[in-house]
Amino acid sequence: MTRRRLAGALLILVLALAATVIVCAGIGSSDAGLGDLFRGGDAATTILRLRLPRLLLAVVAGAALGAAGAVFQAVLRNPLADPYVLGISGGAALGAFMVTALGLPAMLPLLPVRQACAFLGAALTVAFIFALSRVGGRVASYPMLLIGVVTNTVYLALILFIETLVELTRLHGLRIWMIGNIPVEPYDLIAPVGLFVAAGILAIALYGRDLNLLSAGEDAARSLGVEVERSRALLVLLASMVTAAVVSVTGPIGFVGLIVPHVARMVFGPDHRLLVPASALGGGIFLAAADTAARTVLAPTELPVGVITALCGGPFFLWLYRRQRGRTYFE
Amino acid sequence: MSAAGTTDAGAAHSGAGVAAPRLEARAIRFRHPGAGTPLFDGLSIAFAAGELTGLIGPNGSGKTTLLKLLAGLLRPDAGQVRLEGHSLGAMAARDRARRITIVLPEAPILFNFTVMEVVLMGRAPHLGPWGLERPADYDAARRALLDVDLAECETRPVHELSSGERQRALIARALAQEPSILLLDEPTAFLDLKHALEIDVILRRLNAERGLTVVTVSHDLNLAARQARRLVLLQQGRIVADGPPAEVLTPARLREVYEADAEVMRDPVTGSPLVIPRSSWRGR
Repeated sequence: MTRRRLAGALLILVLALAATVIVCAGIGSSDAGLGDLFRGGDAATTILRLRLPRLLLAVVAGAALGAAGAVFQAVLRNPLADPYVLGISGGAALGAFMVTALGLPAMLPLLPVRQACAFLGAALTVAFIFALSRVGGRVASYPMLLIGVVTNTVYLALILFIETLVELTRLHGLRIWMIGNIPVEPYDLIAPVGLFVAAGILAIALYGRDLNLLSAGEDAARSLGVEVERSRALLVLLASMVTAAVVSVTGPIGFVGLIVPHVARMVFGPDHRLLVPASALGGGIFLAAADTAARTVLAPTELPVGVITALCGGPFFLWLYRRQRGRTYFE
Repeated sequence: MSAAGTTDAGAAHSGAGVAAPRLEARAIRFRHPGAGTPLFDGLSIAFAAGELTGLIGPNGSGKTTLLKLLAGLLRPDAGQVRLEGHSLGAMAARDRARRITIVLPEAPILFNFTVMEVVLMGRAPHLGPWGLERPADYDAARRALLDVDLAECETRPVHELSSGERQRALIARALAQEPSILLLDEPTAFLDLKHALEIDVILRRLNAERGLTVVTVSHDLNLAARQARRLVLLQQGRIVADGPPAEVLTPARLREVYEADAEVMRDPVTGSPLVIPRSSWRGR
């Protein structure tokens, strides 16, 4: 990886992301277009107060999930891993949901209670699935995937169970939240979550070479000078933290963390020093576009963005898998 | 250390006991997690600079485990492994990786890395924590690719290589680390005769021309006998023989350790021992 290639690829991605946000900000169920920005009035307010915050949140969420997916695929040496499949998004969702059901965020409005509990849920899930999938002192990747899938299903059932137990009025919109939804949030929520996620992704990207070596296998990484336990724990922790931060706001959104790193790998190659930022920026582009589709396809009715990511991502992934089978790392 | 042999091969390493050994296991004990009894209990072995040693023994005798302990991938429960006078356990992983490395048979390369990208991974212990590779690192990687005769494969994806080429790429990655000791676990397993001989030539040339210390685990007794000047025979975690191939590979010892009948002849060209298994079934 040369500096020039890294800088060139990142520049292209940043420009593509900026273009996506600008174009998507001009699309919506009301007929406010980009030209209205300079005229002011209700149309400009629609763009700046409704569409833009939501777009920025989609970018932050897509970036977090894309980068986290790249981490889990490398660390577990499994191209099917991502925070959703592993149950980490589900754990974060359950944590955030439980405190919301208890009404804690309303009691402590100044503290990031939901975020903290989402992270707790994600961290406990990671600890749990790592402990269960340890075979002979080593983490086995296929058992971990299976355990993650089962855990995730249990979490979703638990959320539904609690929902039925407590009064429903307080939990309006839960079903939509559970499949992943980008809410209209004020800027004062987006800024801290965005900064937190950006810092996390930067830290992950700085460990890109360790990710390369870890993807070569535990023994290989160790013989190449990686402190495997420390490096793996740090990377999984960072990936879980950025996942939890966005899940606490958007709910668990599937497929972004799975698909975006694969596409980024096809375009930019597998070197994680570029792949991590590329997956983050690519995830931002994908989720911003998907959320715009969610806002407009059935306008004025809105779809949860998770519906769009699953409907686009699922078939795309299967096509990708079929196309590449037999001549890539899939087997 | 083995007693000085009467052959030339024996004399070649008999002085190793005097000079400080490059790599040494001192009274190591190791038990696999979940196993009842320890595999090694008080095992000691030393390798001198520039030695080319073959580690042989039946399945389950502990060859691979010993190699991983020597490489620092596993930690002994007691005793210590010493590398150039330092305790391996106290050494930072990066420092260790600049001196010693191991090539293992499993762990296919995931993702579509090119041969060059894989070999450049060998430069990791020489780079700063977050640095990108410098031109000097590309030069080192190209030298390693030349050493294993893969220079023309630089830009090919690793998962498109044949198994012989992939094995050579992994050896090149190890060479790019510029270690003084190279450990290999069955580098010729699953390779046909041509590719096995290619690996054999590479290892012997690196040993002869660069003075690289090489320890190879092998199931192929004849290849090991041809390649190494010293063979170490393991049985259930104990060293039962250590010396020149002609002294280690005797019919009586093979019957005792491998529980199989074999004749030992002499290769008319190289003079190294040739093991010919004899099955008890005399039919056709």
